[in-house]
Amino acid sequence: MCQNTDSSAVQAEKQKQPVRSFEKIREILRDNNHDPARLVPILQKVQEEYRYLPEDAMSYVAAALGLPAARVYGVATFYAHFALQPKGKYIIRLCDGTACHVKASIPILEAMRSRLGLGEEQETTDDMLFTVETVSCLGACGLAPVMLVNEQTYGQMTPEGAVALIDKIMEQENNQ
Amino acid sequence: MRNTSETKTTLTVNGREVSFNEETNLLAVLRKADIDIPTFCYHSELSVYGACRLCIVDVEGRGIVTSCSTAPEPNMRVRTDTKELRQMRKINVELLLAGHQRECPTCDKSDTCRLLEIARRLGIDEIRFKENNRQQPLDRSGVSLVRDPNKCVLCGDCVRYCGEIQDVGAIDFIGRGAKTQVAPAFNKGLGEVECVNCGQCAAVCPTGAITPRSEIEDVWEALHDPDKTVVVQLAPAVRVSAGEAFGGAPGELATGRLVAALKRLGFDQVYDTSFTADLTVIEEANEFLTRYQAGEKLPQFTSCCPAWVKFMEQYHPEMLPNLSTCRSPQQMFGSLAKRMLPERLGVEKKNLVVVSLMPCTAKKFEAKREEFWSDEMADVDHVLTTQEVTRMIKEAGIRFTNLEPRAFDMPFGFKTGAGVIFGSSGGVTEAVLRYAYEEVTGSRREEFEFHQVRGNRGLLETEVELGENKIKLAVVFGLGNARQLVERVARGEADYDFVEVMACAGGCVSGGGQPVNGEEETRERRIHGLFNADETLQLHAPQENPYVQEGYNKVLREPGSEIAHRLLHTDYTNRRPTLGLEVPEEHHPRPKEKVKIEVCVGTGCFLRGSQELYSELAAYLKETGQEEEVELCGTYCHERCDRGPVMAMAGIRPMTCRKTWMSEHGPVVSVDEELLENCDVNAAKTAIQEKLKKLN
Repeated sequence: MCQNTDSSAVQAEKQKQPVRSFEKIREILRDNNHDPARLVPILQKVQEEYRYLPEDAMSYVAAALGLPAARVYGVATFYAHFALQPKGKYIIRLCDGTACHVKASIPILEAMRSRLGLGEEQETTDDMLFTVETVSCLGACGLAPVMLVNEQTYGQMTPEGAVALIDKIMEQENNQ
Repeated sequence: MRNTSETKTTLTVNGREVSFNEETNLLAVLRKADIDIPTFCYHSELSVYGACRLCIVDVEGRGIVTSCSTAPEPNMRVRTDTKELRQMRKINVELLLAGHQRECPTCDKSDTCRLLEIARRLGIDEIRFKENNRQQPLDRSGVSLVRDPNKCVLCGDCVRYCGEIQDVGAIDFIGRGAKTQVAPAFNKGLGEVECVNCGQCAAVCPTGAITPRSEIEDVWEALHDPDKTVVVQLAPAVRVSAGEAFGGAPGELATGRLVAALKRLGFDQVYDTSFTADLTVIEEANEFLTRYQAGEKLPQFTSCCPAWVKFMEQYHPEMLPNLSTCRSPQQMFGSLAKRMLPERLGVEKKNLVVVSLMPCTAKKFEAKREEFWSDEMADVDHVLTTQEVTRMIKEAGIRFTNLEPRAFDMPFGFKTGAGVIFGSSGGVTEAVLRYAYEEVTGSRREEFEFHQVRGNRGLLETEVELGENKIKLAVVFGLGNARQLVERVARGEADYDFVEVMACAGGCVSGGGQPVNGEEETRERRIHGLFNADETLQLHAPQENPYVQEGYNKVLREPGSEIAHRLLHTDYTNRRPTLGLEVPEEHHPRPKEKVKIEVCVGTGCFLRGSQELYSELAAYLKETGQEEEVELCGTYCHERCDRGPVMAMAGIRPMTCRKTWMSEHGPVVSVDEELLENCDVNAAKTAIQEKLKKLN
């Protein structure tokens, strides 16, 4: 039918070798049957692998699922769980749900951000050690104000306590 | 007794009886009853979204609902004008206005802005909400369209048009809540993503959030420059729409007045793109006949539509050899004008400015493709859309309706009807047939029309006899339709010789640069206008155009010659958006259909041993390694207890889920309506294998 397998367009395409083969993403896609309806679980797995969603990874997923890149990006920007920037080794998630908010979570946030020297809109330190972000509710309102450092929960936090915790982690890191 | 057929098809609106039959939603019924319910997000071609909340009505017994997403029902009692509804609509519009940059006098869309129109209609005289519009930068990355997020009301019309009709999906909702935006992926601009520049987003946008990128100032500058000679070409579809901006009806031919207005604006020569459309037909038809005789690179796809060309370059670069190498009429004109006019008009090439007047935003992109530049000069310097040129005419204070019609300048102003119908879907095909018929058979048909390729449908398939050959044709508009067709061709499921594709509905008449017109049937009336223009011309086949013949005699020699190739043909670029991120073939298979087996574990069947049957089948599937392909599960009573144990087996489609395995005369298995009597576990196994074989 179409006698065009040797076209110059295809040749040019072949010559442009990809930098990465995205082996891990391919595996994730296979595990999910390349099903576009499973976009969210696929992106979750990809984020688990890369610790955030790089643009190339999203483009790859979009192309493999036959979805427009804008759709994938739209989904990725809709959910707070998805990160579009690389995150630090320690991800601090401060709860700013109603209970934590009234128990003064914002001063804790400000104390941590100033201790880490984070600029406006900046969430991750330049040395990629810490990321500080707020989340809506961790479901531990009894411990308010509460925060997570990676998977570890810390309840009844104070600005001083949070800064001390950061100092402790920094010390550990320096000793390693 | 009441007449049932009557009760089935009427409902009451504001106490008035209104009939309905095929309408799928209340909004359409109301409109048919001449009640113009305001709405932003409803378009009959698109999916129902229900976001703008303006089409609300009060349905007795249900309360306030959006009429776009409510199906009409017999005897429904609907009110559209209660105090509550009026207040709610007003509040909704006020909320939209609070988030909308209200700089109407300087907005490109003011003349046809639906938000402005609705706000006026509803008598909004104050906005009680705080303005929440954060000033955001404009996206001017594209050469065809400008995106202004400050004016977006998030109705999603553009998102749905781009995704559903064009199957491009260059823009989507990005972010969440108050920060939601309609934007391309990865914070990129429209000029950096898969946008094909068709401009239909701008056409459906109720506000000025996406508009054609204006080149008005550039053109004024050229017109004001005494050293420059400025020529203009006028595309077919512009002549049947430009009049609308001056109170004319869609489809009304405004050619003569347009020519007069362009001369008044200061253009030195006014030519017709239909002239080079005639030339395109001859080149494209010859290219097709050569391919057809050789039996290669078929189907031949047309290449006049720049949105379609970019679409192919992005999504099917492997099929680019099937695309006609002919430049579009706009670019053929630019190429010939820059080569022939300097001598003819006695100007230096660098002082010749070629402007084109197009219904289309993608033509702006086309003119800037590097293939169409030579000596650092574009063949076509500026592209104005119909919207832009009518604004220039208004700015200059020209009373359009009072103008005396004038004629195009020669020679590039002479055309046959074939070059005029290019503006309609099917027009290119018909023009090619008018030429090819005579070329192949050596004789003339009595009538010049080929009615079988007219029809204003998204996909039209037909066969036309050319001498001894039957040519298989397809005429497509809408890039989503085109993608389906290309994929069918690629899979070998469809076989055509010649395929015409236009990105916009009905062809160029609905281009993204045309006047925005809410009136129904605009498209049909503009198409009608083009065919009328064809009808009233004396010549209808491109080979009859004496100036085209002269062009061949003097410069081009013959169709497809080396010089014709250099001046009138082009090549294409692979623009796959994921170039360098190649997705291997294995990534395209669709999820496999599973065979679903339901074993009844209700009491009756359980007592007759359905549990054993289930375990046996589970073990069997594990043994054969078919657990992935067959979904085995228990189900509740099938109400056939006397014939238990019962097993249902089918593809996942619920329609076929009721196939049962019964045991009245010994167990019975049914697979796709076929009953297997005296069936046992082994028979069930056989049935499963057969079903799997069928699915694979």
